[in-house]
Amino acid sequence: MLSVRDLKMYFELDEGVVRAVDGVSYDIRPGEIVGIVGESGCGKSMTMRSILRTIEKPGRIVAGEIRFRPKRTRGMPVDSDGSLDLVSLDPRSRTMRTIRGGEIALIPQEPMSAFSPLHTIGNQIVEAIRLHRKASVREARGIAIESLREVGIPNPESRIDAYSWQLSGGLRQRAIIAMALACNPTVLIADEPTTAVDVTTQAQILELIQRLRHDHDAAILFITHDLGVIAQLTEHVVVMYLGKVMETGPVDAIFHAAQHPYTRALLRSVPSVDSVPRVALPTIEGSIPHPFNRPTGCPFHPRCPDAMPGRCDVAMPALHEVEPGRPVACFLHHDLVEGGGTA
Amino acid sequence: MSTASTPTEAPVLEVRGLKKYFPIKAGFFKRTVGHVRAVDDVNFGLAGGEILSLVGESGCGKTTTARCIVRAVDPTSGEVRFRTRDGVVVDVAALPERELKAIWRDMQMVFQDPFGSLNPRMNLFELISEPLFVHGLTSRSERVERVAELLELVGLRPEYMQRYPHAFSGGQRQRVSIARALALEPKLIVADEAVSALDVSVQAQVLNLLLELQERLDLTYLFVAHDLSIVKHISHRVAVMYVGRIVELAPTERLFRHPQHPYTEALLSAVPVADPRHRATAVPLPGEVANPANPPSGCYFHPRCAYAVDLCRNEFPPLRSVAPGHEVACHRADELHLRGIDAPSVARNRTTVAGPVAGPIAGPTVAGQT
Repeated sequence: MLSVRDLKMYFELDEGVVRAVDGVSYDIRPGEIVGIVGESGCGKSMTMRSILRTIEKPGRIVAGEIRFRPKRTRGMPVDSDGSLDLVSLDPRSRTMRTIRGGEIALIPQEPMSAFSPLHTIGNQIVEAIRLHRKASVREARGIAIESLREVGIPNPESRIDAYSWQLSGGLRQRAIIAMALACNPTVLIADEPTTAVDVTTQAQILELIQRLRHDHDAAILFITHDLGVIAQLTEHVVVMYLGKVMETGPVDAIFHAAQHPYTRALLRSVPSVDSVPRVALPTIEGSIPHPFNRPTGCPFHPRCPDAMPGRCDVAMPALHEVEPGRPVACFLHHDLVEGGGTA
Repeated sequence: MSTASTPTEAPVLEVRGLKKYFPIKAGFFKRTVGHVRAVDDVNFGLAGGEILSLVGESGCGKTTTARCIVRAVDPTSGEVRFRTRDGVVVDVAALPERELKAIWRDMQMVFQDPFGSLNPRMNLFELISEPLFVHGLTSRSERVERVAELLELVGLRPEYMQRYPHAFSGGQRQRVSIARALALEPKLIVADEAVSALDVSVQAQVLNLLLELQERLDLTYLFVAHDLSIVKHISHRVAVMYVGRIVELAPTERLFRHPQHPYTEALLSAVPVADPRHRATAVPLPGEVANPANPPSGCYFHPRCAYAVDLCRNEFPPLRSVAPGHEVACHRADELHLRGIDAPSVARNRTTVAGPVAGPIAGPTVAGQT
C-alpha cells in the first residue's frame, strides 16, 4: 500500500550536510500497524514528513521512491498498477494536496498546536472535510459530529462548537484523531500521539487506535520512542538509528529474537517492571552523536559492544534479509555492504 | 519486606498535613472565587538513605508537593519537618525566607529539563561552582578543585569545565545538573522527573548514576516521576497521588504486586509492557482526572472507579494503615482483591500455585476475578 524505497532526505546547511534520512526502506500493508521506533535524531519524524511531502527548506529528498497506492485514484497520475511515486510529485500540486489529509492523514504529537485556538474544532474539522469531499457545510458538520462520536467524545453535538483550549488533553487528542479520520484515509500516520498524555489516557488512545484500525481498515504508521507502546500495538517494527534502518521484522521477532546489537541494547536498557530493583541497568555506552559528526561506516559502531574494527567503522552494512522477512543491517549477520559488494 | 530494609536512620523528612491552594481570581477586582487544591493534606515520612517516589498523572500535585518541600513555592499550610546535617529538626514550611539559604545546603532539586535548567551563558565551572560561591567558598582554586571532583563524580571529564551547556547532549547536561545539585553535599535530593526528558539509551545511564551516588554519598531521594517501570526500579517506597492527595503508600514490591487502591490498579494496568506476548487485556480507566478546583463528593476517584459503592460517593476515605507500612485511602481496601503486576514471567507458572503465601488473599474477590 505504501512502500518506501531507499529514501534519502538531507538538510544542506552551510556547516555541512545533515543526512536526516539516509537510505530508508520499508513497506506498509493494508490493515497493518507498523511501528517505527528510535531515539531522537534517528530520522523517524523526517521519514514521515517525506511521505507527506511537508519538508521545509533546506531539507530535500535527494533520492529514493515512495510508492503509494491510493484508494481513490480519480484525477491522479497513477501508473498501470494503480500506484504513484510521491517523491516525483510537486509538494504543492493538486494531487499531493488531495493525498495529504485525504489519503494519508496525520495524527500529530502535540494536539495543542495542531488546532488553531481561534476557531472551534468543529469549524476546523468541517474545513478539512470540505477540502477533500464534496459536502455542504451542513453535511460536513454531520460527518464531523459522527467522527467525534466515533472517537468517544461525549456530547459531540455540543463539543463540536468548543475551542481546542476548552478541551482536556485526552479529548483534544481524540478530536485530532476524529479530524484525521473524517476523510476516511487509506494510511494514518501517528507521530508520537501519546507522548504528551498520561498513561491512563494513553491506554485509552491506544485502544481507540486499535478499534479504528479494524473499523476503517486503514494502515497505520506509528512513530514512537516507547518500546512498551510498540510491543502492545504494532504488528511490524522498523528500528531506526541516525537516519538508518537497523532492522525490521514482526513485533515478536524484534522483541524476542532481536538480531541487531542496537535493538538488543535498547531492549535491555529499559527497566521493566519485572527487573531486579536498584541494580545497575545495562546501558549503551556514550550518547547519540551530533548529526554533523556522523561516524563513518555503521552509525552505531562507536557505541556497539560487538563492533569489529576494520569493518564496522569502514563500511555501512546493507539492510539484507538474514531470514525471510527479517532484514538486518549488521556485519555480524552477513557480509554485504550497502550499495553492493562485500566487506 | 527486604525492599524497606536498606534505610535505617531516623527520618530525614516528615511532611504533615501539607496543603497548597492556588487562588482562582476572576472579575475586574481580581477577587478570589475559588481555590485549586493542588496539594490537599499530604502526609509522609522519608528515612535517611531512602528513595521514595511520588507518582500520579499530570495535575495530581506531585510536582507541587516537591516544590513545597524545597520551598520553591510557599505551602498554604502544613509542616515540612526536615533534619539538617547538624541533626536539628526545622519546619521548612514555617521558616522565614532569609533562613532558607542555609536549608538549601542540605536539600537540592534536580529538574526535568536539562535544556531549560542550565543557563546557556554560563560554562560548566560557573554553573557548578555557583552554589559553592553563594554559600561562601570564594577561593577560586578551591572551587576549581571541587568542580573537577564533582564532574568526575558524575562521570564527566574535568577538562569540560570551560565548555558551555550547548556542547553537551541531554544526558550529559543532566549529569551537570546533578553535579550542581551535589555541590554542597546535600542530604536530600528532590528529583522532579529527572530522567523523563532523556532518550531511552541515556536514561539508563542517568538512573544508574543516581543509584550509585545514593549509595556512595548516602543520599535520600524524593523522586517525582510518572514512568512506573522506572519508579519500580529505583524506589524503596512509592506514594500514589490523585487530585492532590496520597491515595496509596507502600513498599515498592508490595504496591506493584498487591495494590489495594483501585486507582493504583488502573495505573499499573495502563503501563504498556515491552513484550508483545503480554498484550494488555484490561479495560482502560474511563474518564479523566477530576478537577482539583471542584472535586467530586466522597472519594475523588469514585466517578472513574469500577468498584465504587454508595459509601464512596458520599464519604471521603481517609488514608489508613492496612498492613505495616502500607497505607490506603479506600473504603473497600480490605474486601477488594486487586490485580498488580504479575510475578516475573519465568516464575509466573510456578508461583501461581503457591500464590496466597505472598499476600493477603482473604476476603471475597470482586469484579472479574476468575
